[in-house]
Amino acid sequence: MAQPNEKPSGGTSLPLAIDLLNINKRFGDVHANKDVSLQVASGRIHGIIGENGAGKSTLVSILYGFYTADSGSIKINGVSTPILNSADAIAKGIGMVHQHFMLVPNFTVLENVMLGHEGNLRIDVAAQHTRQTLEKLSADFGLAVDLDMIVEDLPVGLQQRVEILKALFRGAEILILDEPTGVLTPQETEQLFDILRALREQGVTVLLITHKLKEIMAITDDVSVMRAGQMVAHRKTSETSPPELAELMVGRKVLLEVDHSPASPGEDVLVVEDLCLDSPGGAAALKDISFTLRAGEIVGIAGVSGNGQSELLDVLSGITPPTRGGFYLDGRYISGKTPANPATLRDLGVAHVPEDRHKRGIVLPFSAAESIILGYSAASDEGEGWWLSPETLDTHCTRLMQDFDIRPPNPKLASGNFSGGNQQKIVLAREISAQPRLLLVGQPTRGVDIGAIEFIHKQLIALRNAGCAILVVSVELDEIMSLSDRILVMNNGQMVGGLARDEADERRLGLMMAGIGADEQGTGASR
Amino acid sequence: MSSPHDLPRWADIGLIPLINLLAALVVSGIVVAIIGENPIEAMMVMIKGAFVYKGSLGYTLYYATNFIFTGLAVAVAFHAMLFNIGGEGQAYLGGLGAGLVCLMFDSALPAIVLLPLAIMAAAGFGAIWGAVPGYLQAKRGSHIVITTIMFNFLAASIMVWLLAGALKAPGQMSPETRVFSDNAALPFIHEIANAIGWEMARSPLNLSFVVALLACVGVWVLIWRSRLGYAIRATGHSADAAEYAGIPVSRVVIIAMAISGGLAGMMAINEILGVQHRTILNFTSGYGFTGIAVALMGRNHPVGIILASLLFGALYQGGAELDFEFSTITREMVLLIQGLIILFSGGLAYMFNAPLARLLAMMLKGNRQTEARHG
Amino acid sequence: MADLWLQFLLTLDATCRVATPLILCAMAGIFSEKSGVIDISLEGKMLMSAFAAAAVASLTSSALAGLVVAIGISVLLGLLHGLASVTLRGNQVISGLAINILASGLTVTVGIAVFQQGGQTPNLARDERFRPIELPLAEQIGHIPVVGTIYKEVISGHNILVWTAFAAVIVTAIVLTQTRFGLRLRAVGEKPEALDSAGVSVAKTRYLALIIAGVLCGIAGAYLSTAHGSGFVREMTAGKGYIALAAMIFGKWQPRGALLACLLFGFLEAVASRLQGVQLPLIGEAPVDLILALPYLLTVILLAGFVGKAMPPRAIGEPYIKER
Repeated sequence: MAQPNEKPSGGTSLPLAIDLLNINKRFGDVHANKDVSLQVASGRIHGIIGENGAGKSTLVSILYGFYTADSGSIKINGVSTPILNSADAIAKGIGMVHQHFMLVPNFTVLENVMLGHEGNLRIDVAAQHTRQTLEKLSADFGLAVDLDMIVEDLPVGLQQRVEILKALFRGAEILILDEPTGVLTPQETEQLFDILRALREQGVTVLLITHKLKEIMAITDDVSVMRAGQMVAHRKTSETSPPELAELMVGRKVLLEVDHSPASPGEDVLVVEDLCLDSPGGAAALKDISFTLRAGEIVGIAGVSGNGQSELLDVLSGITPPTRGGFYLDGRYISGKTPANPATLRDLGVAHVPEDRHKRGIVLPFSAAESIILGYSAASDEGEGWWLSPETLDTHCTRLMQDFDIRPPNPKLASGNFSGGNQQKIVLAREISAQPRLLLVGQPTRGVDIGAIEFIHKQLIALRNAGCAILVVSVELDEIMSLSDRILVMNNGQMVGGLARDEADERRLGLMMAGIGADEQGTGASR
Repeated sequence: MSSPHDLPRWADIGLIPLINLLAALVVSGIVVAIIGENPIEAMMVMIKGAFVYKGSLGYTLYYATNFIFTGLAVAVAFHAMLFNIGGEGQAYLGGLGAGLVCLMFDSALPAIVLLPLAIMAAAGFGAIWGAVPGYLQAKRGSHIVITTIMFNFLAASIMVWLLAGALKAPGQMSPETRVFSDNAALPFIHEIANAIGWEMARSPLNLSFVVALLACVGVWVLIWRSRLGYAIRATGHSADAAEYAGIPVSRVVIIAMAISGGLAGMMAINEILGVQHRTILNFTSGYGFTGIAVALMGRNHPVGIILASLLFGALYQGGAELDFEFSTITREMVLLIQGLIILFSGGLAYMFNAPLARLLAMMLKGNRQTEARHG
Repeated sequence: MADLWLQFLLTLDATCRVATPLILCAMAGIFSEKSGVIDISLEGKMLMSAFAAAAVASLTSSALAGLVVAIGISVLLGLLHGLASVTLRGNQVISGLAINILASGLTVTVGIAVFQQGGQTPNLARDERFRPIELPLAEQIGHIPVVGTIYKEVISGHNILVWTAFAAVIVTAIVLTQTRFGLRLRAVGEKPEALDSAGVSVAKTRYLALIIAGVLCGIAGAYLSTAHGSGFVREMTAGKGYIALAAMIFGKWQPRGALLACLLFGFLEAVASRLQGVQLPLIGEAPVDLILALPYLLTVILLAGFVGKAMPPRAIGEPYIKER
């Protein structure tokens, strides 16, 4: 990997391209940015790294005028300036390549670049001028794209180039890229980095938002680390290392070590064999996943969000059928050709605590009693035939609320009115009380307070001891390490490797999560 | 879908519909004033016409019966987050179903068998007319709003063709079926009342009103006490959660539309079996659209729908009285009010939410500051 | 044979006249929907404009004054729809429906108050309406077989508003594809975020689209009562707004496609009225009502995906909220 160029020192230094001081932003109860300060030197590639939910996207949205900060000051090129909307940001020379592209799918590249900055009432005249400008830009920065192609026909890497061209066309001197490589192949990523280097040569300041350690090390000059809404560190990239950054990103949490007697796993419950899933766009979301899960053990899947874990859970729970390969559940084979829907899998003893409880786990307007039968509403335990008796539901719910310490213990309260932790307990109570053979759990303690975290972890251990096979997916490394008997790591849709409980430590796992596999570290155990 | 404003539940259900109604009445009052009449006087005439004069309550309830059926129809579909604009067409075809049964069997079957059969036919035909757009939405992605609008017109064309052609009473000029025999008639409430010694003025109010109330109970049980209703509501609130739960979303959509269409179809029994005793043209006369207003105001709940139907029944009956007493005002005034109500409670829905939320927050607890404003 | 030919031409002639309000409203619908706003209220706007045009023409004896006021009223209704859909982010379908019902009620109510004729406006005299325009040399050329007859019967003799409708198609196509505004309008219906992140106001673009739609519906309404007809009659739009909606969908939200659809639907209506009471071989009496239902049936078939795909603008019906 090329070393970032050092900027020559001496002479008058340019003002900071970006100088943010004590930026605060709340969304309701969520404090997305807490007193965040950021200084980006002009003409350098500056990275912002942090896990999902750390507040990076909010921060750059403020820079680009999508949101206004509640408090704090913004200085661009040394000039104090409020940024009230995107037009302001563009006028100040800030351009942004969003994570989800802002391209009109059925327009041509030319039309997309022109949009909003046509320069003429007539399209044909505007198009001519734009073409000329773009030709020059393409040459300067190595951004070759066929201007007359329809954007949705372009591969993702080229679509991203269009976004960059768009920003440059509008006169961006500061270019922000929000998680640009999530959708790129390794080759396209290299091409992107070449473009970024070319931009830096020409004096453009680049702000790269990412959660990938490799990229930071590969391309940035400076890096800032965000965690839980706060800016926790700044480093010169040449003076830091992946392990240090990993530690800063993930942080040291006050973790109550759960009493964890060794597991005595039983027979195989889940055998996943060469499972593949292609996403609708064609890219592979899961590549040849194989592993086994036995009764009475907890296997944790570690990995940074977006590396295929969500898709894996969707396939194993029956929401998405696999494209190739499949899995055995107690002998029954489920594949693309022999799919099973969530209801069937529940009948086979699979329970699922979904990653996004607001989207899938509970129905916010439903009462707790109604959410607590979600997925089991057709079962005959809660009432007779077609009739759902509220008394039976309430009794059932009250009992679960007692067993799982859900507060307030009010079955009639709307699910959306419970705290995050209690909502999660509702979901957990529901899935655990179904006495499953296999429990799939995604992000068990996301958005959950400390007390509830401990409770939830204890419940999972107890379930394991009772003989259930549990698969836990979490971006919280500490949680994975504390709960799991075995740990598997996913990166880029593949199983990169695995470690047994006593072999695992943050450093090794962090490197695997960053894609630096077990072999490169010299350990085994990935069954 | 996040609601942009935080309103306590009682305010959302109770206050907002009243405010919408008030706003609609105020604007209508302004129109009345502009055309030179006294709005207060007009209001009094409407109220008297709807409730006070002899027989007026019966008329009001007779109109309300129609609205209960069409309102329930819209509400059931709405619980699955589906917009059924096709109430007119579904009701129209319901009239076809009931009419066909009566034409075929009214000389052969006694009322006790004939009437339930006719009611089921009305519901069945309406259900089919609702299920087809539901199927197109679920399986082929066709937007249900557009398809149900088209189906309204298709129904009208079919009915005109049939009533002026194959189903027309022989030897008659007007496009309608022959009159059914007496056993195909739903008894009038005033006749039943008089028979048990209770004085009651003549009105078209008939037994279908009771059926409508039963339908309210049925819908309530379905939506809030049955597994199917649970599935419908889950699908409506969150198709993702329904998918996670293994609920067959496509099937639920089609079933919800079928039930919705069936309820609208039953509106026909009030007109066809209760009042007209033959199938005629255009007996739906906009009641399908009123159902939308009723469901909106009634917050898609049977109790609210009954109240809103009473309101609209009063509007329609009062409107007839207005027409009678004022040379300058006709029944179209009711359409104006109806349009304004739909506008305020549906289109401009959030106009009052924010100011009201702020007012309430100020009044109730000054220190409770929930800021949930978006950019 | 010659008689059949003449009948055919006269039907074409009638088609143009019947299709005019459809074309205007379909173009209006295209502007609204391409900008991402569902507009069911074409019917209501047209009805109110028809009333306004006839009423003002009657009171001022000027069809032109009627046209201007009609356009103004229609634009106001369009802005109301915009208030509900864009600013207040309410339900666009319901707002459209409300406007239609409102129009039905308001036109008759005001009509009775002003004219006391049961909701109608008084019959308009010749010079209070838009008159047919005989093209030069129509009489003379009319004798030339085929070409001349077409010139005389089909092309000549239409009033200015019919020509306006056809011109509107060309203007719509040019605006959408050749102008800056058209580019932005199409963008905002497919991906409003793209326009927003370019620094252009999504709301303003949509409001402008609704205003244009209002103008076109206003012309359509004025045509009905002061050009095609001679006064306002209650419910005179008789569902044409919905047929225009269907034509727009059938034409896949493109001006040319919508024009062809309007002509087709207009042709069906013209044929149907000519076949009224006529006995056809095999079938018996012509099923006029079923023919009139064909536009709706064809639209449903198209929507069901059986005749190619009808893809509405991607972002349609979704109020734009900056939610990330």
